[in-house]
Amino acid sequence: MNLSQTVLGVTFPNPTVLASGIWGITAASWRRVAENGAGGITTKSLWLTEHKGHPNPTIIATEHWTLNAVGVPDAGIEKAREEIGDYMKGEPAEGHERSRRVPLIANIIANTVEHYGKTAEEIVKLKPDFLEVNISCPNVEDEFGKPFACSVRDASAVTKAVKTVSGTIPVFIKLSPNVDDIGSIASACAEAGADGFTAINTVGPGMAIDLRSRLPILANKVGGMSGPAIKPVAVRCIADVYRATGGKLPIIGTGGAMTGEDAIEFLLAGASLIGIGTAIASRGAEVFRLVCEEMAAWCKAEGITSLTELVGGMHRALSKRLS
Amino acid sequence: MTCGCCGNQRLPVTYRIAGVKKETEHVTTFTFAVSLGARPGQFVMLWLPGVDEIPMSVANDDGKKLRITFFAVGDTTKKLAKLTKGDLVGLRGPFGTHYAWEPKQHLVLIAGGYGAAPMFFTASEAAKDGCTLTTIVGARSKEHLLYVDAFSSLPRTTVRVATDDGSQGHKGYNVQLLRELLQGKTLRPRSGSTAHAVDQVFACGPEHMLVAVSDLCFEHKVPCQLSLERYMKCGFGLCGNCAVDSSGMRLCVGGPVVKNELARTITEFGKYHRDDLGKKHPL
Repeated sequence: MNLSQTVLGVTFPNPTVLASGIWGITAASWRRVAENGAGGITTKSLWLTEHKGHPNPTIIATEHWTLNAVGVPDAGIEKAREEIGDYMKGEPAEGHERSRRVPLIANIIANTVEHYGKTAEEIVKLKPDFLEVNISCPNVEDEFGKPFACSVRDASAVTKAVKTVSGTIPVFIKLSPNVDDIGSIASACAEAGADGFTAINTVGPGMAIDLRSRLPILANKVGGMSGPAIKPVAVRCIADVYRATGGKLPIIGTGGAMTGEDAIEFLLAGASLIGIGTAIASRGAEVFRLVCEEMAAWCKAEGITSLTELVGGMHRALSKRLS
Repeated sequence: MTCGCCGNQRLPVTYRIAGVKKETEHVTTFTFAVSLGARPGQFVMLWLPGVDEIPMSVANDDGKKLRITFFAVGDTTKKLAKLTKGDLVGLRGPFGTHYAWEPKQHLVLIAGGYGAAPMFFTASEAAKDGCTLTTIVGARSKEHLLYVDAFSSLPRTTVRVATDDGSQGHKGYNVQLLRELLQGKTLRPRSGSTAHAVDQVFACGPEHMLVAVSDLCFEHKVPCQLSLERYMKCGFGLCGNCAVDSSGMRLCVGGPVVKNELARTITEFGKYHRDDLGKKHPL
C-alpha cells in the first residue's frame, strides 16, 4: 500500500514523523531515525542563542507515562546552521553511506514575540521543509510566565511574527493541550496565517514523588507528560483543532501513539501525519517501520486503499450519524 | 515497586547506602543491598536527590548487592563523596550493552584510571566461566591505582601495572604493555593455559587510551570491545544526547560497550564529543 502523504506540496514517504525533543539534536540522529523508517523528522527545539536546560533527573518513565523537564537546551544558531546544512545536503558526513533524506521540520522556540521572528528568520535561511513553532512547552513556564500557547493574543502574535519572515516555507504551530479551548487558539493562529498545526505538546505538567526522600524526582519538580496514557487527550485535541479550522489545515497528530491502530485513530481525528517520540523507548527505533506495517495491514483488512480517505473520518461519521 | 521487567527501571528508586569504602584519596565505592541484575559494562543512572543524576558504571552486581565506584572529580561526585552509610541515593537501570565472552577464552583487560572498576566486574564474571585473564591496570601514579589486589585475587589471572610516573610497575602507559603482549614479546598466561593467543581484548578508560587500544587490536586483528563514554541525560534512548556522529547511534542503547569494528566507524571517536547543549568539544 502506498503510504506516502503530500502535505502543502511536500511529500513524505510515509505519514510517521519523529516528534520534536526525541533523539533529534544532530543531523546524524535525523538520518538514523529516517533510516529506521520515519517519513519525516522534527528537530529538537532550536534557539537563536545558547540555552541551558534543567539539571537531571529530566526524563523518567513507567510503561504508561513519561515525564520530562529537559528544559529545551540548545547550542544556538551556529549549531543549527551546521546540522541543518549537513542534513539538507542530502548526503551524510564522511564515513557513512549515502541516504536520500526525508522532509525536515525545523522546530523553533523563543521567549519573546520578537525573538520568534528573529529565530525564524535565521532558520528559514537554511531551507528546512517546514517550520514548527514551539509555543506550548510547559517547562519554561517558571522563567517566562504563561506559555504563548495559552492565550489567543500571544499565539496569534507569534504566528504573525513567524509568517512575516517565513517566505515559502510552511509554518505549523505546535499547540498545548493545557488550555481551556484549544480550538479557539487554533482558529486564532489560522487567522494569523498558520499553515497547519502540530497537536499536541506534552500534557500537564505532572509530578512524581520519591517516597523515601519525599522529594519530587524531576529536578524541575514538574514536567510534561507523554506516552500511551495521554493518547485520548491527543485524539480529542486533534479533533477539536480540525473542527475549529474547518478541516482545512493539515495537522501533525502527536501524543502517545505506539501502534498502527493508534496512527489510524489520529488520522480519523483529523491528522494527516503522525508524530511519534516516546514510543521509541518501548518499541525501539523500529517503531516507525512497525507502525507503517501495522497501518498497512489494518487498511488491507478494511479495504482502505488510500490514507486520505481516513483523514477526518471521525467527523464525517459523526455528521452522517446526526443527519 | 522495583521490578526491572515492568518498565520501572526507568523511574529512580531511592536506596540507603549499605556501605562506603574509600579506595583512594579521590575514589569511593558505595554498596547497596539490592541487585539490579546488571552485567559488566552496563551502567545505572545515579540520583543524588536535590543535586543531579549521572550515569555510573556498575562496579559489581552479584545478584544480592550492587556496587558503584566513582572519582570525586565534578560537582556531583564531590557531593556524593561526602555521603555516609544510610544516606539515600536513587538508582535506575541497568542500561546499555555489556562485555561478552565465551567460556575458557583468554581475555586481556586494559583498565585506565576509573575504568578499573567495571573491568574488575568483567574479570570476576569471566573468571567464573573459566576464562584466563591478563589484566593491565594503568594510572597516573601508584596512589591512583585501583583494584590491583582484587584483580590479583582472581583465579587464572596475571596482573601487570603501569604508572605514568613509574612509581609502581612499568613507567608509561598500560597500552605499551598491550603492544608488547600482542607482539608476542612478554606476558604469558598463568600456568594451566596452553594458548598464548589472545581471544579478546576488553578496554575501559580515557578515550585516548581506547583509541590506542582500538588501533593496536585492529592492526593485530584481535577482537576487541571498548566502553565509550558520552554525555548522557536520560540513559534509555529518548533524549538523543549520547547519539554519536556520523551514524546517530545512541550510546545508551547501542553501547556503552561496542565492538571495535563499530567503534572505528564512529567518526567522532577520539576526536570530539558533544556537551549537554549538543555543542562539539575536542577530546
